Amino acid sequence: MTIIIESTLRYAMPLIIAALGGMFSELSGVVNIALEGIMLLGSFTAVAVAYLTGNTYLGVLAAMVGGVALASIHAVVSIRYKANQVVSGTAINILASGVTTMLARGLWAEGGSPPIQRIPDLTWPFRITPFVPLAFLLVALCHWFVYYTPMGLRLRAVGEHPKAADTAGISVERMRYFGVLMSGVLAGLAGAGLSVGLLSGFEEGMTNGRGFIALAALIFGKWTPVGACLAALLFGAATASQTFMQALGIQIPAQFLLMAPYILTMLALAGVVGRSTPPASVGIPYEKGAS
Amino acid sequence: MTGTVETRDPSRSQDQGRPQGRNRLRALLIEALVPIIAVVVALLIGLIFIAITGRDPAKAAEALWVANFGSRRAIGEALVSVTPLIFTGLSVAFAFRAGLFNIGGEGQYIVAQLAAAVAGYAITGLPGWLHVTVAILAGALAGGLWGAIPGLLKAYRGVHEVVNTIMMNYIALYLANYLIANYLKAPGALPVTPEILPTARLAQILPPSRLHTGLFLALGAAVLVYLLLWHTRWGYEIRAVGHNPRAAEYAGIDVPRNLALAMLISGALAGLAGTVQVLGVQRAFYDPVGGFVGYGFDGIAVALLGRNHPAGVVLAALLFGILDRAAPTMQAMAQVPKATIWVVQATVILLVAADQIIRSLFKRRREVAAR
Repeated sequence: MTIIIESTLRYAMPLIIAALGGMFSELSGVVNIALEGIMLLGSFTAVAVAYLTGNTYLGVLAAMVGGVALASIHAVVSIRYKANQVVSGTAINILASGVTTMLARGLWAEGGSPPIQRIPDLTWPFRITPFVPLAFLLVALCHWFVYYTPMGLRLRAVGEHPKAADTAGISVERMRYFGVLMSGVLAGLAGAGLSVGLLSGFEEGMTNGRGFIALAALIFGKWTPVGACLAALLFGAATASQTFMQALGIQIPAQFLLMAPYILTMLALAGVVGRSTPPASVGIPYEKGAS
Repeated sequence: MTGTVETRDPSRSQDQGRPQGRNRLRALLIEALVPIIAVVVALLIGLIFIAITGRDPAKAAEALWVANFGSRRAIGEALVSVTPLIFTGLSVAFAFRAGLFNIGGEGQYIVAQLAAAVAGYAITGLPGWLHVTVAILAGALAGGLWGAIPGLLKAYRGVHEVVNTIMMNYIALYLANYLIANYLKAPGALPVTPEILPTARLAQILPPSRLHTGLFLALGAAVLVYLLLWHTRWGYEIRAVGHNPRAAEYAGIDVPRNLALAMLISGALAGLAGTVQVLGVQRAFYDPVGGFVGYGFDGIAVALLGRNHPAGVVLAALLFGILDRAAPTMQAMAQVPKATIWVVQATVILLVAADQIIRSLFKRRREVAAR
């Protein structure tokens, strides 16, 4: 039982952190399907900096900086230049695959990095990477921030009704920059959690769709920190239970368990499993003064 | 029941008011210059990346030439990689015109490949022309259905298609893994279906290259999409829905129906990309164990660069096909990783999407001239 809880937590951790990142961006009204790419860059940066400096903690810090750098492209292109946010996100995902692969090949031989020093596991209450309690701490912090601070209220206001927020003297642009850059910090951190928390090295394309599952968790969790966290845990449990079920002789094909998060998210969006409604103005660039 | 059918126009910069006379000519010129400048800048960035990582840009350029134009075979192979991109580009462009964003090309590609492969090896006793037609239709239908699901959810439940098409990509991937692992695998070690029968193959047209008649299908599809969108009543309705769904609704157009149909067609077009790959090149369905092949995502770049117009799509597919085709040769000759191509692609997409960046260059110059 401990094993299944532990492996659920391990699968869920990067999803939770990245989903929180996505939440900041989407609450502010900017669609962020670039989570996948930002995570990937975070994974790479953490390992690269840890490899070059010998300090993994510095790597984690760098992952967040890298995440912000990539997210800032998304921010400028979609907020300043009002480009289509989905298009921009798609481009950033492609860019991240390209840049990480090129730089990885520049640093190491084909494929990936040599094993590097991981962030050491906690030993109490059980052996697990410190990223797991960190993820839960972040959920609590984000919940407090979004629902109990003026800044959080402003963030939501800009995503729900930018014009009203603008009239009330809130800078829509600035709040949206904040939202997108925060998604860079957190998705970068999620990538580091993957490459130097759970694993100990970088491999090309190692996020392998986790950014999109995080997006699914965010949606399934109805764009709330606690909801996204629970959804990520559910998705993690679905993945973790593969091995468990096989051991028990229950015949659910692994592929169906892997599909489950995506099907559940579609059902949630369609209103079959509790309706999931996005922030009202997500995806629409704000034109000051336009009707 | 209808839900909120609210569509954001993904091709926002497309249909801004058309100025008249000389201004119109100028606007058209800028319209054409945006993609060209985007490509040039992106290629320069690619070259800089190549130089930074210590490779020889001249050698990379030579590899690009050799891979695509070095011989009769090279030219044929270049067109082989252009063909699926025309289809996925048309797929994205068609959806764009209806105000929809289909990023489910990868999933539609996969299910279509499965369907075409199964139709290609499991149906026996048909004459060649009929068998290949059936296999093509099977692929198009599978892709179309995979696209229609998010289309219907958008049309009748108001669910944004972007998330659903992403979800359907992964569902298709795991479904293919499952079917190959359990039902469709040919005897042997490889995760692949049995080979399609010779009657289901698309004929080769430029041996020794693998170029096949799928290229004509792709060009034919581009013409059809053009005629459908600009010379039929239905196409007018679809563009009206894409331009302004609310106005279209007031004009008596059945908006949900058009949204669902547009996704069906878009899915079928992406499906045809997979279909011609199976029937013309691969001759079987290979389980995508390593994840997505990328033609679906490339289609987004192709459509954007081609300004969502069939003719533009064909030209953009030519460019990206040539780059794709060059990647392995550049790797072999100049040790330039394939990833360079991705950086170039991403830059093109960003610059075309944020076309205000390039447009502002012209604006500034005009202001200076006016002074």
